[in-house]
Amino acid sequence: MKTPEKQIGAPMDRVDGRLKVTGAATYSAEYELPGITYAVLVGSTITKGRITGIDSKAAERAPGVLAVITHFNSPKVPGFDTAGKDPSQPATVGGPIKIFHDDKIRFNDQPIAIVVADTLERARFAARLVKGQYAPEKHQTNLEASKPQAFLPTSAKKNPKNPMNDYQRGKTDAYKAGAIKLEQDYVIPTEVHHPMELQAITAHWEAPDRLTIYDKTQGTMATRRDFAKEWGLPEENVKVIATFVGGAFGNALHSWPHESAAIMAAKVVNRPVKLMLTREQMFTMVGYRPYTWQKIGMSATADGKITAITHESIGQTSSYEEFTESTLAQTRMMYQSPNLTTRYRLASLDIGSPIWMRGPGEATGAFALESAMDEMAHQLGIDPLEFRLRNYTDTDPENGKPWSTKFLKECYQLGADRIGWNKRQLKPGSVRDGDWQVGYGMGVGTFGAHRGAATVGAQLLPNGTVLLQCATTDIGPGTGTVMTQIAADTLGMDPQKIRFELGNSSFPKAGTQGGSSTVNSVGPATQQACLALKDKLRQLAAVGSAAFASAKKEDIILTDGYLTLASNSTARVPYAELLKQAGGTAVAVEAKPDGAGQKYSMYSFSVHFAEVLVHVLTGEVRVSKLVSCADAGTIINEKTAANQMKGGAVGGIGMALMEHAIIDDRYGRYITKDFADYHVPVNADSPDIQVAFVNQPDPYVNALGTKGIGEIATIGVAPAIANAVFNATGKRVRELPITPDKLV
Amino acid sequence: MNQFQYSRPTKQQAAIDAVAKDPNAAFIAGGTNLVDLMKRGVTSPQKLVDINRLPLGKIESQNNGLRIGALALNSAVAEDRQVREKQPLLALALNAGASPQLRNMATVGGNMLQRTRCAYFYDTTMPCNKRQPGTGCGALEGVNRMHAIFGFSDKCIAVHPSDMSVALVALDAVVQVSGPKGNRSIPFADFHRLPGDTPEKDTNLTPGELITAVDVPDGPFTKHVHYQKVRERASYAFALLSVAAALDIDGSNIIKAARLAMGGVAHKPWRLTTAEQMLVGKPATEETFRQAADVAMQGAKSFKYNAYKLKLGPNAIVQALKTAAAA
Ligand SMILES: Cc1cc2nc3c(=O)[nH]c(=O)nc-3n(C[C@H](O)[C@H](O)[C@H](O)COP(=O)(O)OP(=O)(O)OC[C@H]3O[C@@H](n4cnc5c(N)ncnc54)[C@H](O)[C@@H]3O)c2cc1C
Ligand code: SF4
Repeated sequence: MKTPEKQIGAPMDRVDGRLKVTGAATYSAEYELPGITYAVLVGSTITKGRITGIDSKAAERAPGVLAVITHFNSPKVPGFDTAGKDPSQPATVGGPIKIFHDDKIRFNDQPIAIVVADTLERARFAARLVKGQYAPEKHQTNLEASKPQAFLPTSAKKNPKNPMNDYQRGKTDAYKAGAIKLEQDYVIPTEVHHPMELQAITAHWEAPDRLTIYDKTQGTMATRRDFAKEWGLPEENVKVIATFVGGAFGNALHSWPHESAAIMAAKVVNRPVKLMLTREQMFTMVGYRPYTWQKIGMSATADGKITAITHESIGQTSSYEEFTESTLAQTRMMYQSPNLTTRYRLASLDIGSPIWMRGPGEATGAFALESAMDEMAHQLGIDPLEFRLRNYTDTDPENGKPWSTKFLKECYQLGADRIGWNKRQLKPGSVRDGDWQVGYGMGVGTFGAHRGAATVGAQLLPNGTVLLQCATTDIGPGTGTVMTQIAADTLGMDPQKIRFELGNSSFPKAGTQGGSSTVNSVGPATQQACLALKDKLRQLAAVGSAAFASAKKEDIILTDGYLTLASNSTARVPYAELLKQAGGTAVAVEAKPDGAGQKYSMYSFSVHFAEVLVHVLTGEVRVSKLVSCADAGTIINEKTAANQMKGGAVGGIGMALMEHAIIDDRYGRYITKDFADYHVPVNADSPDIQVAFVNQPDPYVNALGTKGIGEIATIGVAPAIANAVFNATGKRVRELPITPDKLV
Repeated sequence: MNQFQYSRPTKQQAAIDAVAKDPNAAFIAGGTNLVDLMKRGVTSPQKLVDINRLPLGKIESQNNGLRIGALALNSAVAEDRQVREKQPLLALALNAGASPQLRNMATVGGNMLQRTRCAYFYDTTMPCNKRQPGTGCGALEGVNRMHAIFGFSDKCIAVHPSDMSVALVALDAVVQVSGPKGNRSIPFADFHRLPGDTPEKDTNLTPGELITAVDVPDGPFTKHVHYQKVRERASYAFALLSVAAALDIDGSNIIKAARLAMGGVAHKPWRLTTAEQMLVGKPATEETFRQAADVAMQGAKSFKYNAYKLKLGPNAIVQALKTAAAA
C-alpha cells in the first residue's frame, strides 16, 4: 500500500482560504440572529474628570431607538461590585474599567453611553444626539512629561522573581567606566492596532443566565472566563464563538469595555445586540503598542567584545491598569556581556490601556538594542555582523542554561548571502544610485518558545472523516491548516478527510492565541489526540479482528472507509463496524509542557537584513530589499510560515518608517484618527520580502520540534531598517518613525 | 449623519437654482470628500444636489487649449490621450493623488473644492476657525507638522490638499463657472483664497456657483515636466509638500519658459512666479535650480512642528526641476 505523502513541511494551501477570499467565512459582526439590534457607542470628549450629566432625551425619542444606556440607568453587573482588581495582574485577565459604572472619565473617547436601535443607521444617528456634560480635571497624556513619576510595576514590587524587576549581572552600570562606550536614548511612538477586521461583538442572552457571544477574541476561554465572572455566571453558561478572526496581532488579547457594553445592552433590550467599533474608536479604546522611551549604555573593547550594557525603559500605561511587556528581555540574553543592568519602569497616562502588539516589548526593546549594536560596531570600525558574531553566546548568559537549540549563526549566513551583505560599505554614505543613497542594515530578533497546556478532541465520523476540535483561535496564521497537516501525518490520512474545528469555547480547552505559542501547544495536543484516536480505533477493531489486538499504533492506517494495517493490508475493519461499538470513537487528550524549560533556555531567533534607498534631497526612504531568516524549529507549513514572516516584516516597515499615533496633549485627543493620517505600509512600500528558515527541529519544546514564528517575524525589522538608513546616509534616527522630515 | 433631501437634476440651471436659493444646500459630485465630512459632522447640508446627470464630463480640444468638464473623473483626465500629450504635468499630478479607487469617483470640480485635511477641522470637539468661525485655530499652537509656511494668517494655517490644483495653477488654467448671475471665468490663481480673517471661505465662488469646466491653455510644457510629491509612504498619502515644475528648454540648454508651483505649503496652490522669472534665460543646471529654490522660499515661515518644510521645500523644488529638465 502506498504510504500517504508527508504533509508536515509541505506548503499546503489554507483549509479556509477559499472561504476567506469568497466572503463565505463568517466574522463576529456577520452573525444574523432573529431580532438582532445594532449598537453604537458614544465617547467622552474630555480626557479626565467626571460626567455631571448626560442628555439622552433626543436620542431616546429618535426613530427606532430601543435603549440608551449610561451609568445613570445601567443594570447591575454582579462582577462590577467585587473589590477592585489587582492592577498587577496581566492585562489579559480583563481591565478594571467597569463600563457605565461610575461617573469617572479616565481617557478621551471612553464610552459614556451605548445607543441600541433597530438599524445601524438609526443607532448611529441617535448616538450623535447624546450629549455629555463634564467637570474636567487636569490630564496628562505625554510620557516625556511623566518620566519623573515613572515607577516599578506592582507585579515586580510584590514578587522579587518577576522578570519586570531590575536585573543585574556583574557590576551595575559598568559601561560608564568603559574606555570605548556609548550612551543613547531611543524612542518609539504609540502604534495603534488596526487589523483589517474591526473589533466587533454580537451578544445574545439565550436565557437570563445563558450568554452566547460571537466575538473578536484571540482566546475563547479567556473571554469566557472574563464575562462569566463579570456576570456572575458559571463558565459553562457562557459560550464564546470566534470561528474566524480577521487579524488581531494582540489587539484581542484583552476583554475591552465595548464588549461589556454590548453584553449589557443585550441584557437591557432583551434581544441580540451587534456592535462594531469604528476605525476611529480603534485608536482609543482597544489598546496599542505603548510609547516607550529607552536608554542604552554600552561599552566594548577595541577588538569588539562587549564589556557592559545598561538598558532602561519607561513604557506608557493607563491610570487604571498596569500593562507590562518584555522590552528588556532580549538584551539580557542575546549577547555575552559580563556586566549587564536592566531597569523597567512604567508611567501612567490618561489614555486607555495599551495591549501587546506583535513582537510585544521585544520589538520595542530590539529597536534600541540592535540600533545600539550598530552604533557600537560603527564606533569600533567593525562590520555589524562580525561584531554580533564576536559577542555570540552558546549558553544563555542570563541564567547559564544551555539553549534547547540555537541556529542564529546559520540565520546570519543565510541572510547575509541573500542580501549581498558583502556589498555593504563600512563607511556610511558611500554608495549612491542616482539621487538615492544606498545602505544595508541588520537587526536580530528573539522570542521565548512558549508552550502551554492544550486539549484536542478527535473522533471518527460515519462518513469516514476525522473531526478534531479545540477551543484555540486562528487569528490568521493558518492554525486550522497546520493542525490538519499534523493530524494527516499522525493518522496517515488524506488531509482532505480531516476537519479541524476551532474558535469555540465549548471545544476542548486551549490557551489564547498569542506569544507565538499555538503550534507549540496545540500541535502536540493534535498529535497526541490523533494517536489516541488510532489506539481507540485499534481497540474497537480488535473486538472483531485479532490482527488488530496486538497491532502497534504506528501500524494503523485510516483509509477511505476502513481501518487497516501498514504491515498487513488484508486486515481491514470498515468504519461502520467501529462506529457500531458502544462508547463511540471520541477521544480528547491534553498535552502539557514536560518541564524541559527548567533545564534549557528555549527561544526562536530571527535576523532581518534590509537594503534601503534614501533620497538625497527629499529624505524619503524606500526599503528596496528585505531578507528575513528564522530559526523557528520545524516548519510545519512552508507557505503559511513564510506568510507569517512577510506579514511581520511589513509590520516592521510600518514601525520603522511611518506608524505614529499623535495626541494633542492639550486636549488628550488623537490627531491621527483615520488611515489618511495614520499610515500603515501600502504595497508600494513593501519590497519582495525574501524568507529563509533554518528548519531544524528543537527536541525539547515539543515532539514536533517547533519553536514559534509570529513574533520574531517583526522583532528586529525596525532596527534593521534604521541601521540601513544610517549606513546609507550617516544619519542616525533614534526616534521612530523615520519620516522624511527627520532626514532632510 | 443627519437627514437630508436629495435631488438629481438633469438641467444645469435647475441645479444652480436649487443651491443658490438655499444656504443649506450643496452640490455633490463624486462624494469622496463631502460624504466623509457629513459622516464626521463637519458639515450638515440639508439638501444635496447631485450634479452627476449634468453633461459636464467631457474633455475637449479647443482652439487654444483643452476644456476639461467639471465632472470628468480624475482617473479619466489622467488617462486621456490629449491631456497626456498636451498637459502631461496635469496627468502626473492627478496620478499622485489618492488611490485608483478614489480617482475613479473623484471629479475635477470636486477635487478643486476638497477641503483641508487639518485634523482640527475634522474633529468637531476641537477649536477651528474654518469649521466654526470664532472658535480659534487648534493647529496654531497644536500639532502643525502638515501646515502652511506661506500666506497663512493667525486665524488659520491650513493647507489646501489637492495635487491636481498645483498643476492647474502652474499651467495658468481658468475655471469656468455658472451661477445665478450668469457665467464667469476665474483664473486658477484667483480661484482659491488665503485665509485672512475669513478662513471659512476656501475659494472665491459665490453661493450657487457651479464649476462647469477648467480650461488649460496649450503651452510649450509637453516634455520637461515633473510633479514631485513628498509623502510619508510610497503612495496613497497626502503630500508633506509637493512641487509642480514645467520647463521649456532650448537646444543649448537655456530655459525659455518655466512654471513652478507648490502644494502643501499654503491655503491655496502656491504659484512661484518670482522663481519662474528668475529661471528664464538661465542654463538648466542644478545650480540655477538651487538659486530658483532659494528665491521661491523667500518669506516662508514655520511653526513648531513644520520647520522641516523650510528645508524640504527648496530641496523638492530642485528635485522637481532636475527631473523635469531630464524628462
Ligand atoms: C483617503 C483619501 C485620500 C486622498 N488623497 C488625496 C491626495 O493624495 N491628493 C489629492 O489631491 N486628493 C486626495 N483625496 C481627495 C480627493 O481627491 C477628493 O476627495 C476628490 O477629488 C473630491 O472630488 P469629488 O468629486 O468626490 O467631490 P465631492 O466630495 O462630491 O465634493 C467636494 C466639494 O465640492 C463641491 N462640488 C463638487 N463639484 C462641484 C462643482 N462642479 N461645482 C461646484 N461645487 C462642486 C461639493 O459641494 C463639495 O463641497 C483623498 C481623499 C481620500 C478620501
Ligand atoms: S489651521 Fe485652519 S483648519 Fe486647521 S484648525 Fe486652524 S483654522 Fe481650523
